[in-house]
Amino acid sequence: MLGETQASRQLASENMMVHKRRSYLIKNHPYYLMLVPAVLYFLIFRYIPLAGSVIAFKDYNIFKGIIASDWVGLQWFHQLFTFPKFTALLRNSLLIGFYQIIFAFPAPIILALLMNELRMMKLKRAVQTIVYLPHFLSWAIVAGLVYMLLSVQTGLVNTVYVNLTGNEPINFLQNASYVRTVIVSSGMWKEVGWGTIIFLAALTGISPSLYEASTIDGAGRWKQFVHITLPGLLPAITVLLLLKLGNVMDQGFEQVYPFLNPLTSEKADVFDTYTYRAGVVGGQYSFTTAVGLFKSVVGFALLLISNRASKATTGEGLF
Amino acid sequence: MKIRKSPVERTFEIANILFLLMMCVIMLAPILHIIAGSFSSRNALTHSRVGIWPVEWTIENYKIVFKNTIFWRSFGISVVVVAIGTIVNILMTVITAYPLAEKGLKGRRIVMLFIIFTMIFSAPLIPSFLVVKALGLLNTLWALIIPGALSAFNMILCLTFFRSLPEELFEAARVDGMSEYRILFRIVIPLSVPILVTLLLFYAVGHWNSYYAAMLYISDAALRPLQLFLYSIVALASASDLQLGNSGDDLLDTSPQGLQMATIIVATVPVVLIYPFIQKHFIKGALIGSLKE
Repeated sequence: MLGETQASRQLASENMMVHKRRSYLIKNHPYYLMLVPAVLYFLIFRYIPLAGSVIAFKDYNIFKGIIASDWVGLQWFHQLFTFPKFTALLRNSLLIGFYQIIFAFPAPIILALLMNELRMMKLKRAVQTIVYLPHFLSWAIVAGLVYMLLSVQTGLVNTVYVNLTGNEPINFLQNASYVRTVIVSSGMWKEVGWGTIIFLAALTGISPSLYEASTIDGAGRWKQFVHITLPGLLPAITVLLLLKLGNVMDQGFEQVYPFLNPLTSEKADVFDTYTYRAGVVGGQYSFTTAVGLFKSVVGFALLLISNRASKATTGEGLF
Repeated sequence: MKIRKSPVERTFEIANILFLLMMCVIMLAPILHIIAGSFSSRNALTHSRVGIWPVEWTIENYKIVFKNTIFWRSFGISVVVVAIGTIVNILMTVITAYPLAEKGLKGRRIVMLFIIFTMIFSAPLIPSFLVVKALGLLNTLWALIIPGALSAFNMILCLTFFRSLPEELFEAARVDGMSEYRILFRIVIPLSVPILVTLLLFYAVGHWNSYYAAMLYISDAALRPLQLFLYSIVALASASDLQLGNSGDDLLDTSPQGLQMATIIVATVPVVLIYPFIQKHFIKGALIGSLKE
C-alpha cells in the first residue's frame, strides 16, 4: 500500500517534469480556450457599448456609423439642460428613488427583525414561504394585479372604499397624484419578503452567547434589540444602503413602464423610460445616450458622496 | 429551565404573530382575488362581487384562454427562450468560472478585473441596442438569449463554489492524464449540482419573467414572448390579443377582466408549480451572493 503511493508520487513528479518542459501556454491552453467566449461576450456586449457612449458627443447617423458621424461637442448636453421635460425627468427619477429608499429599503429590515422574534419555527417557515412568493411573479404580472385591484369599475380596492365611505371611486391609475405611490408600493409588495433573506442571514450571524450573557445580566428583549441585534445588523444595512444610493436613479424600467400613460407620465416618467421611448422607439440615439450618460454620472456622484458620508459617520463604507 | 415571560413580552409576541399573519394576507390576497375572479361569472365580476372566493363558478374564461392561439404562441416562444437561453447561460458560466477558479493561472487577475469592471460600469442602453442591431439580431429570438448570455455575478457565485472543491481531486485526475475538459465535465460538474441547480433556476426564472429585452429587440408580433403578451393585455388592454382565436359567440359569457385574470393565472402556473422545489435553492443562491458582498 505504502509502496504504491510512493510509486504514484514518483510518477506524478515525473509527469510534472514532462509538463514543465512544454511551454506554459500549450499546457494550459484548455483554460484559455474556455475563457475566449466570455472575453468576446464582455467585449461585444459591455465594452463596445461603453465605448459607443461617444455618440453622446456626436451627431449619430445610422448610415455613417459611430466612427464617421460628426462631432458636435456638448450640443446634446446643452439641449438636455434646456429641455423642458428635463426637470420633470430629474425630479421623478430622484423622488421615486428616494421614496424607494425611505419606504422600500427599511421595510425588509423591519420584517426580518419581526420574523426573527418568532419563536415558533414552523410558523416562521410558513411566513417565509408566503412572503417570498411575490418575488417570483414578473413585473408584468404585478402590474396586472395592480390594474385589476385598482380598477375604477370592478377593482376590489374601490369596491371596499366606496362601500366604506360612500364616496365616488378613485381612479388611481389615471391620476398623476397617485402614480408614484402605486409604483413604490407595488414594488414593495413584490420585493419586501425577498429582501429579508439577507438580513435574516446577518441575524443568524450574531453570536448567541451575546444574548445569553445579556439575559444573565437581566437585559430584556428590547435592550437586547437595541444593544445587540441592531449593532449586529448595522454593517449589512450600511453596505446595502450605499449600494441602493448608488442606484437611486435606476428605478427599473419593467417596474415603472406599465404605469405610464398620458395622464401619469408628468409625475412618473423617469430617465430609463424616457430613454426607451425617445431613443429606441423615437430614434434620437445621440440625445438619449447623452441622457443616459448624465444619469450614470449623477448616480456615480451620489455613490461617492454617500460613501464618504458613511465613512465619516459610521466608519463603514464600500471602498 | 424555562424563563418566565413578562406580560409585556407576551403582548409583544401575540402582536408580532398577528402582524406577520397580516403580512401573509397582504401577500396572498391579490393572488387569491385574481384566482377567484378567473373562476367567476361575467355578472359577478362586472358587479364586483368577487372577493377571494369564486362567485357563480365558471370555467368559461379558461376555455377562451386555452383557445387563444396568440397566447399559446407566446407561451411556446417563452418556453423556447427559457430552454435555449438557460443552456447557453449555464454553459457560458461553467466554462468561464472553471479556468478562473484556478488560482495559479497566469493572466487570471486581468480577466477577473476585465469582468468585474463591467459590473461597476454597466453598458448604456442605446449603444447596447445599436450593437444588437448591428449584429442583425433584432427580431430574432437570439436577441433575447445572446446579449444576456453570461451574468458576471452568477459566474462569480459558480467560481466561489468551484474553489471550495477539494484540490486533491483535481491533482489525482491530472496525474491520471485526464484532460481539463474531461475533468470539468466528468468530475467538477457532477460535484457542483447544488450550485448549478441554483444558477439554472436564477437564469430560467429571469428569462421567463423578463419583458424589457423583448420590448427592445422584438417588434415582430409573431415572436413576442409571454410576458410581453401579458404586458399588452394588461397595460395596453389589447382586446384583440385577449380574444384571438375565439368567435364572438364564445365571448358572451366572459368579460375582459375575467379573461385577463385567467391569462395571468395560466402564465403564472409554471413558476408557482415549481416554487416549493426552487425556494430552498434560491435562498441558498441569495445567501452565497450576499456573502460575496
